[in-house]
Amino acid sequence: MSPSLLILIPLLPLAGFLINGLGFPNIPKGAVGVIGTLAVVASFALSLITFNAFVASGSEPVIVPLFDWITVGDLHIPFSFQVDQLSLLMLMIITGVGSLIHVYSIGYMHHDAGFGKFFAYLNLFLFFMLLLVLGSNYVIMFIGWEGVGLCSYLLIGFWNKNTNYNNAARKAFIMNRVGDLGFLLGIFMIIGTFGSVEYSEVFSKAGSFQVGDPLIVGITLLLFVGAMGKSAQIPLYTWLPDAMAGPTPVSALIHAATMVTAGIYMVIRSNILYSLAPETLEIVGIIGGATALFAASIGLLQNDIKKVLAYSTVSQLGYMFMGLGAMAYSASMFHVITHAFFKALLFLGAGSVIHAMSDEQDIRFMGGLRKKLPVTFITFFIGTWAIAGLPPFAGFFSKDEILAHVFEHNKILWVIGVAGSLMTSFYMFRLLFLTFFGTFRGTHEQEHHLHESPVSMTLPLVVLAILSAIGGFIGVPEALHGTHRLAEFMSPLYDGARQVNPAAFEATALSHSEEYLLMGISVAVALVAAVAAYVMYVSKSAVPAPDSAGKSGLQKLVYNKYYVDELYDTIFVKSIKSLSNILYSFGEFFVDLFVQMGVRLIQLLSGWLKKSQTGSTSDYVFAMVIGIVLILFWKLLL
Amino acid sequence: MIPNPNIPEVDIPAVIQNIPLQSYLILSTLLFVIGIIGVLTRRNAIIIFMSVELMLNAANLLLIAFSSYRSDPSGQVFVFFIMAVAAAEVAVGLAIIVMIYRNTRNTDVGFLNKLKW
Repeated sequence: MSPSLLILIPLLPLAGFLINGLGFPNIPKGAVGVIGTLAVVASFALSLITFNAFVASGSEPVIVPLFDWITVGDLHIPFSFQVDQLSLLMLMIITGVGSLIHVYSIGYMHHDAGFGKFFAYLNLFLFFMLLLVLGSNYVIMFIGWEGVGLCSYLLIGFWNKNTNYNNAARKAFIMNRVGDLGFLLGIFMIIGTFGSVEYSEVFSKAGSFQVGDPLIVGITLLLFVGAMGKSAQIPLYTWLPDAMAGPTPVSALIHAATMVTAGIYMVIRSNILYSLAPETLEIVGIIGGATALFAASIGLLQNDIKKVLAYSTVSQLGYMFMGLGAMAYSASMFHVITHAFFKALLFLGAGSVIHAMSDEQDIRFMGGLRKKLPVTFITFFIGTWAIAGLPPFAGFFSKDEILAHVFEHNKILWVIGVAGSLMTSFYMFRLLFLTFFGTFRGTHEQEHHLHESPVSMTLPLVVLAILSAIGGFIGVPEALHGTHRLAEFMSPLYDGARQVNPAAFEATALSHSEEYLLMGISVAVALVAAVAAYVMYVSKSAVPAPDSAGKSGLQKLVYNKYYVDELYDTIFVKSIKSLSNILYSFGEFFVDLFVQMGVRLIQLLSGWLKKSQTGSTSDYVFAMVIGIVLILFWKLLL
Repeated sequence: MIPNPNIPEVDIPAVIQNIPLQSYLILSTLLFVIGIIGVLTRRNAIIIFMSVELMLNAANLLLIAFSSYRSDPSGQVFVFFIMAVAAAEVAVGLAIIVMIYRNTRNTDVGFLNKLKW
């Protein structure tokens, strides 16, 4: 594998960004789509080549130094890329799913005036994400980390003539800054503790620490704060549902393949540090479980097709963190991969529905779309099946693996996980049934306009549906007589962690019959929820009440997302606003007072002085004579 | 005459000794004051100019007087310099005044107050 090929993987999207970004709006639409998409597809091809080369050369991690970047005192931060199991998996998800989303965007964004701008941003987003996963140290990861934050801001606020959308973009940006502060402090602590930010050095030095060392706990907690922001965990999750303001392909890209998985990637990347800090892992697990349950419950009553998916993303990310909390790093990565497939599929499917419905997003005004949008329906159905965790599709394998590990680790968290799984299944099938079954509830115009999306949109749907259906087979558990290829592949990543904390990596103590039981429970739960949704929304053809209708206390609480946004608004936004208003008036008053005093004084003096400038020669001569006389007196007499 | 110990003892020609140095000083002071009064009170640029010449000559007279009384020729050299500079100044100054007159039909310095704020 030559280094130049590897460098091209992030550089191609950057080139696409530069061409489309600088050329906008002079490049014709056809060319924009082709350039933007080709850049990513080529990256994907290169990632595949790199992957094959990596496997062929015996799966040895490679570090590709590019140049020396920062040297301060004893601290050397090179700009180099690291190719190992984890970065390769992430590369393939990002460029693979990213390519499909690009193809889809050609169709979806075709009528938008900002077509070129959109593709430029998408490419930039991928560039930063690739930098994030390819970097060989925490500082390069941080560049990518900030870069995707910037791009999410640009893309969420893509339709920037709408103030609400801009506010959503700002919210995402600011909430991520809060998390980034934690991440940055974590990096500083790493520098202070290990004197380096290179993964290899940090991890080899970490081996000499004891399990539960307070320094390591501090570092991992700070890093996790960053992950909370980026991966939308409690309490920093509220930006993600609002991020639905962006165009639908953006939601798919942010939610499925890239930005939100950065937190998971970071934890898996730092697995040695986390394995050394069981206290942090407990917190990670609890926050993950709480988020999984909390977001899923909000999803139950949402009526916006994209908002339901958004809460399901928050909830699924909670599952991944639950898995990380139980040190099931491979299982979480497995769920990242399968989630990338089916969540991208669901978002793109939702986009296809919205496209057909002329920008209608409220599922109360849909219904009966399955005959008009057959491809979208079938693929969306597969996605729903997969995310609900029903066999044999992808979500079943990854979610059950996480739940099995969590069961071993902490029974209460497992119960929470199963409850979340119940809710997930219910709200996803509710979404499916309300959208595609029953009778059409929209306007006549919309009904007349209904049509299946163009090939550029349905093709990615089909590909993603196939991946969602069969993606789980890369990690079939032993209990089902499979080999867990993913876990085997990723195993070398944990060599260091295995040495420092061998107890955590012992083979599972669960017998096969116990595993069957766990699987049976979660499948049964999901099935029951799906049937309940069927009974409610298809047999009884119930439709969620309009906003004007009164709701009972609990329903109202859940429907309004537990008033978390309002709570944050009162606690943080309002108090900071009033504080800044006070500071502002303080500045206005005192600073202006002093500045104005100076100005007035000089005005006054200059007013006096200017009177001496009469322009009359005799006055000047008189002044001169007086001056001479004074100087003479001073010199001669005093 | 104010005795000054720093003045070296030199020979002063008898002709000059007939008139004491004080008389020169008084005459030159008078001339200088007349010049100042002329500059300050008159409005006609040409008369102001003449008054300036008067002041210059008062200074020249003093220089010559001291130079003679102390038998030091450098004072006279200075006088030549001042004359040359004054001549040059007159050439430029008169030219300016002539131009002003041509443009405004006036040489009143009070009329030309364009250098105001």
